[in-house]
Amino acid sequence: MSEKFEQGVQALRQQIDARISAYFSSCVHCGLCAEACLFYTETNNPRFTPIHKLEPMKKLWRREYTFWGKLAAAFGLGQSLTEDDFAEWETLVYDSCTLCGRCSMVCPVGNDITYMIRKQREGFSVAGYAPDGMKEATRRALKIGSPMGVTYKTLKAALAHVEKDTGMTIPVDKQGADYMTLFSSMEIVNFPEYIESIARIFDATGVSWTISSKAFEATNSGIQIGNKEAAAEIVNRVVIAAEKLGVKYVISPECGHAYTAIRWEGPNLIGRKYPFEVIHILELLDQLKKEGRLQLEYKDSIPMTLHDPCQIVRRGGVVKQPRDLLNSVAEHFTEMKDHGVMNWCCGGGGGVSANERAEPLRLQVFNRKKRQLDELGINTMVTACANCRITLEEGLEHNEMDAEVISLTELIADHLVKDESKV
Amino acid sequence: MGQFIDGPLWAFSLGVFVLGVIWRVVTILIAGNRSDLATAKGSAGKGAIRAVFSRFIPERTVTSRGRIQLIAGYLFHLGLLALLFFAKPHVDFIAERITGLSWSAMPHWAFIVSAEAAFIGLILLWLHRVLNPVTRLLSDLDDHVGSILVFLVMLTGCLALAQSFEPLRLIHLLLAELLLIYFPFSKLMHAFTFVMSRGYTGATMGRKGINA
Repeated sequence: MSEKFEQGVQALRQQIDARISAYFSSCVHCGLCAEACLFYTETNNPRFTPIHKLEPMKKLWRREYTFWGKLAAAFGLGQSLTEDDFAEWETLVYDSCTLCGRCSMVCPVGNDITYMIRKQREGFSVAGYAPDGMKEATRRALKIGSPMGVTYKTLKAALAHVEKDTGMTIPVDKQGADYMTLFSSMEIVNFPEYIESIARIFDATGVSWTISSKAFEATNSGIQIGNKEAAAEIVNRVVIAAEKLGVKYVISPECGHAYTAIRWEGPNLIGRKYPFEVIHILELLDQLKKEGRLQLEYKDSIPMTLHDPCQIVRRGGVVKQPRDLLNSVAEHFTEMKDHGVMNWCCGGGGGVSANERAEPLRLQVFNRKKRQLDELGINTMVTACANCRITLEEGLEHNEMDAEVISLTELIADHLVKDESKV
Repeated sequence: MGQFIDGPLWAFSLGVFVLGVIWRVVTILIAGNRSDLATAKGSAGKGAIRAVFSRFIPERTVTSRGRIQLIAGYLFHLGLLALLFFAKPHVDFIAERITGLSWSAMPHWAFIVSAEAAFIGLILLWLHRVLNPVTRLLSDLDDHVGSILVFLVMLTGCLALAQSFEPLRLIHLLLAELLLIYFPFSKLMHAFTFVMSRGYTGATMGRKGINA
């Protein structure tokens, strides 16, 4: 038995709290969670049943927390958690779960299965049973500051382009600004239009904002792989930078799990409350619009639909704002049949998109989104997560679908009332 | 033997049930949860209460893809609850042997309907358990023992309804006692812990401003 395995079991043991105990005690193996999981519905493989992905943790719980388990252990009977369990379940835990949380919404006894899988990943990552892609991303995040290896130099180059295109000066390390904004690496590398969009919106609405050269990365691969120490360090960088700049708010960007990381898990990871508030970019845009500061003109006549990023909507609670914002710029916004907190995941969340070996499965389960789009007959999908965006684009391309994916923030920026004085 | 089933064994099984359930609930509670330091958007308490009740109403994924479990589940649970608390012999037994409180029993036709609903529901759920690839994979010995014990208790209960044949009543009582003893150490505990599970999830979601 390896030392890492022992440490993994210990890490897993530490995750078993009252919630986990109540959840395992309540599960009656009804299998309804499978019907809510796109990895099961698109493959019909029962092994992808969400609660089945928790067998290793359940094995430990049963042996150490239940009457029969303890009794069997006392007589040297029953099954202990083995290294083979970690090896066998690794792909189920990482490749076939995006932590989307849909299963948690349908469980009749109310089990938050996603919370359990997130916790189980803590044991797996410590034991070394995690995908190489996610291990590498976490290593880069800790060493370089970004899971994609994006440095401040890369961001600076992107900012220079934005400044050149817009004639604006992007505030960096501005002491005492109200808002400090974060980006995901994906936005910096793949969608720099997002940076330009928020610069234009903040300029038009008079928002006092800044970027920190020390902590601009919102992506938290520690959350995805399930390593609370790494996750805490990544959150802490943002907290220290925000405290040094004395900002009142930190803006979470269009990135789903970044919001979960900085908004909901962050204070618990670092063990203290923030002296600032965290606000999602969509919450801020909605607020600016309600205050009358965000003035938008005309509505697009192209039929549009909304893909809800799981971590922002179902797991984050930002449900109404994207709809209000989209309705203000789209004349024909139609919801998918399953939407809002019951949306279907893009298939690339929870680190799956960073996990190369999961690609064939990810593309297979994209069929769910494909069917949703086919049902609507709409070819323009708006979303608010860079990871969803790239996953959706890959899925569309793989299926040779003639559809486009648009960022909601970018769409809003395109509808800003033109300031004639600046033309 | 009859006196033993009616007397000491009944007291013992009831004691094991009550103390066992309390022990299980306490062991869950003492495992503890860390307090959430993230600033809440909504109320954890309201979210918990909402989830405890809202999960009785199935979400569309369940009504469309899990119809068998949904219909069978409701038939079984409602039928069983009606039988447990409103069958005349149970009302009398509870009044005489447990609480001293009595309430109106359901008429005979309602008993028949409840029994049929409970039997159909339980049999369907068990068939689904053994025939559906997902539930077959998930199910363990505990699931089957629980189902079979409940089935036998219900079956002997119906046979003993007329109360004309004492041995049948004693067999029913004996099985019910075995069920009570088995209950705290099994999945049957979900009858109590579902409130905790729904409550914990509802509280977390409530803090985030989500209706779960």
